[in-house]
Amino acid sequence: MNTDKNVGRPLSRLEGREKVTGSARYAAEHPLEGVLHGYVVSSPITKGKIVEIDTLEAMAIPGVVDILSHLNRPKLAWFDLQYTDMDAPPGTVFKPLYDENILYNGQPIALVVARDFETARYASTRIVFRYHQEPHQTCLEKHLDKARAPKKGLATALKPPPPPPTGDFENAFENAAVKVSSEYRHGTEHHNPIELFATTTLFQGDGKLTIYDKTQGTINNQLFIANVFGLHYKDVRVLAPFVGGAFGSGLRPQYQLFLCVMAALHLKSNVRVVLDRKQMFSFSHRPPAVQQMRFATDINGRLIALGHSTFAETSNFEDYTEPTSNWSHKLYPAPNTLFEQKVVPLDVYTPMDMRAPGGSTALHAIECTMDELAYKLNIDPLELRLLNYSDVDPSAGKPYTSKALRECYLKAAAKFGWDKRSAEPRSMQRGNKLVGYGMATGIWDAFQFPSRVQIMINSEGKMIVDNATTDIGTGTLTVMTQIAADELGLEMADVEFRYGDSKKPFSMFQGGSAITSSTGVAIVIAARSMRKKLLKKAAEMDGSPFRKAKEEEVVFSSGHIHLKNDPTINISLKDIVAFNKGAAIRTTKMGRPHMLKLRKYSLATHSASFVEVEVDRDLGTITLTRAVTAVAAGKIINPKTAKSQILGSMVWGISKALHEESIMDPHLGKYINANLGEYHIPVHADIGELDVIFADEKDNLINELGTKGVGEIGLVGMPAAISNAIYHATGKRIYRLPVHFDELI
Amino acid sequence: MEEVMNSFNFLTAPDVPTAIQLTNNQLSAFIAGGTNLLDLWKYNLVNPTALIDINQLAALSEFRELENGGFRLGAAVKNAETAYHPIIESRYPLLSRAILAGASAQIRNMASNGGNLLQRTRCYYFYDHQVPCNKRIPGSGCPARDGYNRMHAILGASEACIAVFPSDMCVALAALEARINITGGDGERSLAFSDFHRLPGERPDLDNNLKPGELITSIDLPAKGFPLNYSYLKLRDRHSYAFALVSVATALEMDGNTIKEARIALGGVAHKPWRSLEAEEFLREKTACRENFAAAADIILQGAVGLEYNRFKIKLAKNAIIRNGMMAIDPDSQLPGAQPSL
Repeated sequence: MNTDKNVGRPLSRLEGREKVTGSARYAAEHPLEGVLHGYVVSSPITKGKIVEIDTLEAMAIPGVVDILSHLNRPKLAWFDLQYTDMDAPPGTVFKPLYDENILYNGQPIALVVARDFETARYASTRIVFRYHQEPHQTCLEKHLDKARAPKKGLATALKPPPPPPTGDFENAFENAAVKVSSEYRHGTEHHNPIELFATTTLFQGDGKLTIYDKTQGTINNQLFIANVFGLHYKDVRVLAPFVGGAFGSGLRPQYQLFLCVMAALHLKSNVRVVLDRKQMFSFSHRPPAVQQMRFATDINGRLIALGHSTFAETSNFEDYTEPTSNWSHKLYPAPNTLFEQKVVPLDVYTPMDMRAPGGSTALHAIECTMDELAYKLNIDPLELRLLNYSDVDPSAGKPYTSKALRECYLKAAAKFGWDKRSAEPRSMQRGNKLVGYGMATGIWDAFQFPSRVQIMINSEGKMIVDNATTDIGTGTLTVMTQIAADELGLEMADVEFRYGDSKKPFSMFQGGSAITSSTGVAIVIAARSMRKKLLKKAAEMDGSPFRKAKEEEVVFSSGHIHLKNDPTINISLKDIVAFNKGAAIRTTKMGRPHMLKLRKYSLATHSASFVEVEVDRDLGTITLTRAVTAVAAGKIINPKTAKSQILGSMVWGISKALHEESIMDPHLGKYINANLGEYHIPVHADIGELDVIFADEKDNLINELGTKGVGEIGLVGMPAAISNAIYHATGKRIYRLPVHFDELI
Repeated sequence: MEEVMNSFNFLTAPDVPTAIQLTNNQLSAFIAGGTNLLDLWKYNLVNPTALIDINQLAALSEFRELENGGFRLGAAVKNAETAYHPIIESRYPLLSRAILAGASAQIRNMASNGGNLLQRTRCYYFYDHQVPCNKRIPGSGCPARDGYNRMHAILGASEACIAVFPSDMCVALAALEARINITGGDGERSLAFSDFHRLPGERPDLDNNLKPGELITSIDLPAKGFPLNYSYLKLRDRHSYAFALVSVATALEMDGNTIKEARIALGGVAHKPWRSLEAEEFLREKTACRENFAAAADIILQGAVGLEYNRFKIKLAKNAIIRNGMMAIDPDSQLPGAQPSL
């Protein structure tokens, strides 16, 4: 690293103008001559078999080209393994239009292809399906008896099972001076990005496919398509230049991609498939969960026992887990622990990672339980956290590479005015409103994936950086451009970051708040190599003043290499490329986590959220008036885009605490509020004043950049902080999210 | 051209009689804002073969002072225009508040006054054509009764149907005792607001007493608009853009602290805006205080029945009636639009 000119600056996102003016094209918006439109037919039954499909009337409608179902679909890969994607949980992958079996309500059972979308949609209503229905089970709380340990598989690497018990939990809990035992329930949530899932497939006729897809992983979907349809990897190109939100739903290839490519290959034509909003409720979701908490302290408030058992929904074909029971012991030391993580298989689609999977659900239960303990102990909730503060990760017995959580607590508390809180519930009022203050801790992973980056310096002396990652709206393009510019001492305008394309060098999917550290580090590594190459090339030039210059004796700035001790001696990158006969200078390097070094440490981001609510004394209505979240996430590359991430997460925290729930009717076995009118997310009137603080967390161990990622950490603490504020306001502890205001009257 | 898809005719008429003549089959629909009709169409619940555009009809597009001191709202006039009309704001502020508590700014800009009266319930099960619903297909059953009935009725429901009428505007119109002017093939007629909407009974498919082919032309507000003492309170699962779980429109005529006349209508609790003349009579000549509003609430809520997920509405409605009564005494204490309480 030479200069820090761009990193650390609050720059606006580079593609902002395209997005707000509508010129940015999303997966369904790429114009194509003669494209056919596919409309997905969804199963109205929850479990059973398709007995008969009568397409006679639908096929006769002018404009209808074909109707694909399990009866007439083209031949497909036979083995489960070929359908597996990088994020597949253990089990049998769902294969659309595979056979007559209906595994869940809303399952795609046919694709109508027509000359326009409206005709395809209309024709879908004219197909007659006959079913053999079987009884279904879709309600988690009714089927807790089916709970079992999840199967293990590849995905277990990122989602480890909880650590084994320590000490003698049952005995310690039984005999503890102060203890809390409670059960928390969370409903189902669907990701619902505003951009609908969509795929546009260009059938090029030369055996090659170009696919615009809504995804968080271009290469993940390229491999999936090549495997399933038996194509060469290099003949499949997946592009996702803009992604209108995804929140985890794009980590796995969704069924519209499969159906679109299948139709394109079968009909030898360009095809587009767009889901409708109701169908956005027909695949992945955050699973409902029941969490049983048993925490105990000694008389002074020191934790002596942590017990956390989770029962969460999964499908009958894959064992998805979002780790919840692991988290409390990463925050708080306790000699006796007992953690369990179980799944309950039901007739639903497999759940999937949704922003801070596991963390946001777990920390709600953990931090509300801590709040309950604080009241029992008559200790301030913040004091209780500080009393049990740990610089090491108690669950692993390792130090954190960095942990500025204490600073988060103190800075956020000061900004919020926590000292003005009176301890008693229902003790603060404004007119008819009970006022409550609540706080909670957040913790999330600091992942880094291997990533490969190519850097080119072209004949204009400009830097081109290539990587297959997407930008799911988080500011990736801007942040990578900042990192790259500083590495070679260039202006932002002299750097082009090319991404969202499976043809570019390898990136994992964009999830787990990992991409800034993954692709960012790869840029640093590749830039290091590029600086060497440029200096070497400069030294080869006739009469070069850099002939004997060592790397540490030069500096890259303003598009030139300068001698440190005499900056007037310099050469432009453009001249170096000219000397290279105008041929671009390139290098490709891999960035990867320092596994060996990092084995001795635990890695995490932390946060502290402080919330004020007003609850109407008679009516129960809840208003979040203000919230402060402080985040410790290492180095912040772009404080503006990072703040936006945290603000968005905080809003989602409000949503999870107060609004969001996919309501499953257990008799029908389907979600009944599958639209954005009835699936409530906060509107402006629900969002009070939000404040974000970044702790000054320097981390020289974690990676070359010192970054940890900010996509998810802002959500984790909010639901508990809100619940705790509601308790403080009303004296009522609500053990189910979302909290309904009528429970408070 | 070949007949494909949901093809339909889009018809315009120069005047009301012509528009009514065009409705010679059951499958035609009048369209003003279309804010609910298009939802229903997209959800496969209606399938009109002809749309008759009533936006151009002058008789439906006007505001008019009436000789009896009242005020006429054209049926095709937009909700937003109505809410912000100076006469509505000054003489019928309760109506303005109720309209602005509904939907979103965008929807209010499109939705018409007549259409507001005719919107269908927001029951989840009604909107899903793949499940039974007595309102959609009489006799097919009601999954809401044993299903997720948080939004459903506590008053006036029947075995067949527990749906609620979702309008905010109509709760104020009920309290104000508006009249609905209707034109049909047999000429004009006028209905008291309380006679317009129906309870579900055995025929939940019928939301109101409008006959096939009839058109709402206007809504007449009486002279008395209760501009001094009024309040609209809406309680829902988020602070805007959600249908009422319980709403209350209260209008009072006061002499000092004594109630000379009271009107209280509830929304979100029944198949129509809910009033109790007995409760309103009870409040006459009473002091405006929590105790008396509570007693009135008990009268209004007589016979209320809660189901698994909507039991809370009974207590919530009572508390809301009391609070809204107190807010009506001092309308300056209210926050505009959606804010639910002081």
